[in-house]
Amino acid sequence: MQRNNTNSKNKYLLSEGHTACAGCGELLAARHVAEAAGPNTIILNSTGCLEVTTSQYPNSSWRLPWMHSLFENSSAVASGVAAALKYKKQDKNINVIAQAGDGGTFDIGMGLISGLWERKDNVLVVCYDNEAYMNTGVQASGATSHGASTTTSPAGKAIPGNMLFKKDMPAIAIAHDLSYVAQTTCGHIADIEKKVKKALTMPGAKYLQILCGCTPGWNYDTKLTVKLGKLAQQSGLYPVFEAEYGEITTALKVPKKKVSVEEFLKPQKRFKHLFKDEKGKDLIKQLQVRADKNIEKYNLATE
Amino acid sequence: MRKILEGSHAVAEAVRMCAPGVVSAYPITPQTHIVERLADFKANGQADYEYVLGESEFAAASIVEGAVAAGVRSYSATSSQGLLLMAEVLFNIAGMRLPLVLSVANRAISAPINIWNDQQDAVTVRDSGWIMLYAEDNQEAIDMHIQAFKISERVKLPVMVNMDGYVLTHTYEPLDMPSQADVKKYLPAYKPKANEFLNIKNPRTFGAFATPETYMELRQELYEIVESSRKVINQENRIYKDQFGRGSGDGFTEGYKLNDAETVLVSFGSVLGTMKDVVDELREKGEKVGILKVRCLRPFPGEEIKKALEKAKNIAVVEKCLSLGNEGILGGEVKQHIDKPVKNFVVGLGGKDATKGVIKEIVKKAKGTDKKLEFIYPE
Repeated sequence: MQRNNTNSKNKYLLSEGHTACAGCGELLAARHVAEAAGPNTIILNSTGCLEVTTSQYPNSSWRLPWMHSLFENSSAVASGVAAALKYKKQDKNINVIAQAGDGGTFDIGMGLISGLWERKDNVLVVCYDNEAYMNTGVQASGATSHGASTTTSPAGKAIPGNMLFKKDMPAIAIAHDLSYVAQTTCGHIADIEKKVKKALTMPGAKYLQILCGCTPGWNYDTKLTVKLGKLAQQSGLYPVFEAEYGEITTALKVPKKKVSVEEFLKPQKRFKHLFKDEKGKDLIKQLQVRADKNIEKYNLATE
Repeated sequence: MRKILEGSHAVAEAVRMCAPGVVSAYPITPQTHIVERLADFKANGQADYEYVLGESEFAAASIVEGAVAAGVRSYSATSSQGLLLMAEVLFNIAGMRLPLVLSVANRAISAPINIWNDQQDAVTVRDSGWIMLYAEDNQEAIDMHIQAFKISERVKLPVMVNMDGYVLTHTYEPLDMPSQADVKKYLPAYKPKANEFLNIKNPRTFGAFATPETYMELRQELYEIVESSRKVINQENRIYKDQFGRGSGDGFTEGYKLNDAETVLVSFGSVLGTMKDVVDELREKGEKVGILKVRCLRPFPGEEIKKALEKAKNIAVVEKCLSLGNEGILGGEVKQHIDKPVKNFVVGLGGKDATKGVIKEIVKKAKGTDKKLEFIYPE
């Protein structure tokens, strides 16, 4: 394999020259995950945008040992890598990261991830959650927001977008009694690095879920990627927190001045139908109730 | 040393002597005795491999894939539905040129569900890029496993070792177990080059995405690599024979009383044993009957089969699997390489006995002119 850009001036472990969209939240987050993990890291990557945009043969954007097998098995392949490192007595100085999108994590790969978590294999599982199957053209997944319009949950005259609710993966992770479970967004870059570093100091299996804006999938102005990440957290819809062995240890407070879920929803055309009629407004209210519940559950209100 | 062992336990012992670093599997009848015994070795400190409990065959295949990609010799075993569940991973492992050994305790496929022996499972993934070997008896199964690791690591392709479920896996036989020292001498430690595994000192990208610009070229290359494994399979059969005194023909096929045979039975797997008994009986009565054993299904020994059947007047291909909507798998493939009539018989599906009576009926029918596929049942 050769580098995409042999004149590359930067030394990022996920280098420029990939083919992702302008404003891609997933690539932004993934670059910081790789940087924080450092060069002594092996990455196992599920099928998806991150794989397709960074590994087009004969080029590669990765300066780390990196492997893609299938859509659903980056976690199990990572378990195998971790077992091999243990056998070679290299498990203490090499990190193993299994990364996938929300489809590969919440849906098709969930059983295999549960197996890894149950075995407590020494692997950090990272989910880049952009709330739909973006690589195949914005189809609904188990991570899709209630009310979002996708190509398989389109907003129509009878049904206003996705009628299912987002699966609570961090809670499922916590139920496996993991040493470390955390959630953040692509609006919190320094926090991504901090959490990856922290996760890699913890024993056994770990889980990090990062909300990543997808410009074509969410359909917003490309300059808003970081801002939408922040708004998701500030509204309470997407709490930024850490949990160790099931106990919440840190949670980022929401601002004193309330940020409504509408502020997060409005710039995204996947939600535009919600602003058109009473049915939509009801749905926004339901999302606000969920955000408020999160603020209570994770104790996010500023004193 | 000669020992009386169950087939599965003998295979587990052979695998232990091959010193894999990672073993992962998911239980499925009739593969279980192999993986249970490997777990016993680990539990009793007789093996130093990591034994990883897969939560499905899909996971187990993915786990050994990751382990070998990280540069460590690895092993798994499965059967039937488990092999089908692995299918997506199997194609991927071959496409990535990862050397692995997988035992398949051949068993029927659902529906209806059936845990007994036939050969439908493995033939269903014969186009995956795996080298596919078939054991006739448990001695051959042991020897084949040891060779499989060597072949796999030499050509950088995965090897599947097939042995009939129950008929071999659950049968006790006196067996020549090679010594650990001899196995070590035959099979050196697996040492991939710095750029051939997930290596922080030589970071490489594995499993890249190929567009129409490169995909076909890469698949043609894989085709040619599978072809190139023929030489290695033949060599390793010979090298093994030189060291251990046991081999099987040219590594692909082996004739039994074939030289003057007018009727030739072509088959693979454990049914060959029953066939040999029948041929011995019929020979005593003066019938010119012989057998052509197929030891390797992929790469397919078309040329070897053609040559071996040159003088045969009546050819009967006998197998425990078929392609629904066409004919037998082995039957169809033998016909591709031979320009004379071949009669195809299906026997022993889902554990139905393939008795001497069944084989005798086939010998009679092989002489007939009706060449359509026939299902033969025990009397």
